Amino acid sequence: MHELAITQSVVEAVTQRTGSTPVASVRLRVGRLAGVVPDAMRFCFELVTAGTPLEGAALEFEQPEGRGRCRTCGQDFVLADLILLCECGSADVEVLAGRELAVASVVMA
Amino acid sequence: MCGTCGCGESDVRVTVPADGHRHGVPTEHEHEPRAAVVEIETALLARNDHLATHNRAWLADRGIVALNLMSSPGSGKTSLLCRTITELSPLRSIGVIEGDQETRIDAEKIRSTGAPVVQINTGSGCHLDADMLARGMAQLHPPDGSLVFVENVGNLVCPALFDLGEAAKVVVVSVTEGEDKPLKYPYMFSVADLVVINKIDLLPYVDVRLDRLVGHCRSVNPDVRVLPLSVTTGESFGAWCDWLRTTAPAAG
Repeated sequence: MHELAITQSVVEAVTQRTGSTPVASVRLRVGRLAGVVPDAMRFCFELVTAGTPLEGAALEFEQPEGRGRCRTCGQDFVLADLILLCECGSADVEVLAGRELAVASVVMA
Repeated sequence: MCGTCGCGESDVRVTVPADGHRHGVPTEHEHEPRAAVVEIETALLARNDHLATHNRAWLADRGIVALNLMSSPGSGKTSLLCRTITELSPLRSIGVIEGDQETRIDAEKIRSTGAPVVQINTGSGCHLDADMLARGMAQLHPPDGSLVFVENVGNLVCPALFDLGEAAKVVVVSVTEGEDKPLKYPYMFSVADLVVINKIDLLPYVDVRLDRLVGHCRSVNPDVRVLPLSVTTGESFGAWCDWLRTTAPAAG
């Protein structure tokens, strides 16, 4: 359940910027290949925000899709998971996107 | 500060001004209640990554090679370490940081080899992070030029995301776990610098083909080095020792 530790860092990242001002909503960017489950973060969020300026804030997710580039044929394509396989048959694929894990923005209350 | 008119004292950058925001007179104007969006753009692992960078520099200054060993419980990490210490400690100073949720059982096994060891119990935590490693290193106090094994909590999920500042991530998998482990836990295998496949002496007794297991490692991590060996019989153990000899501290 690494989502608990990661969700705790949401509070830290936000309050470092916005101090004690209450926050109405938090927008996270969690790529589909990031290895973090948004539902698990949602579960942890209520726990870790209790008594902080983020208490009661809504939680929204941007979930960028995974993208890869085949080093054999040069094609860019969507990666549904980390099983790296190009249509051309090559498994020599570079992951370009989908591992994002960040606080994007907040809306102040 | 309001991104449209520059009013306000806050140091935050407001990029989406509200509806009902009336402009005209620069010095006197009104705001309706508005939703202030503040761009944060902070990586969620930024604090851990920052501490890991410190660890890496601290280790590089001392010429210490730290290796982060990760696997599911029971793959043979502790046995691998005990045999490694027995074979290499006459040649090189080796220390161990043990991560487990509870008990000092693994630390006691390592201690019986004579190597210095620090146990970190994470309690309900499922992984080591860079702060824990810094605290463990301060306790272990490894000599310059030594090799430090960090045995992470037995877990193929969570430790994958946390950089400790190590020189390399080593994932240990045993043939008794089945050949599809890399496909089921791709995040872990995708971050590995080296995959050790342990217990190859048991291949005749399990329904696992080594070439398929190696292929699955490469399907999530095309460039990964894979070392099949047996800690019990010592088969191919020399290749592991050679890899350890040639692994340099990560650049700080």
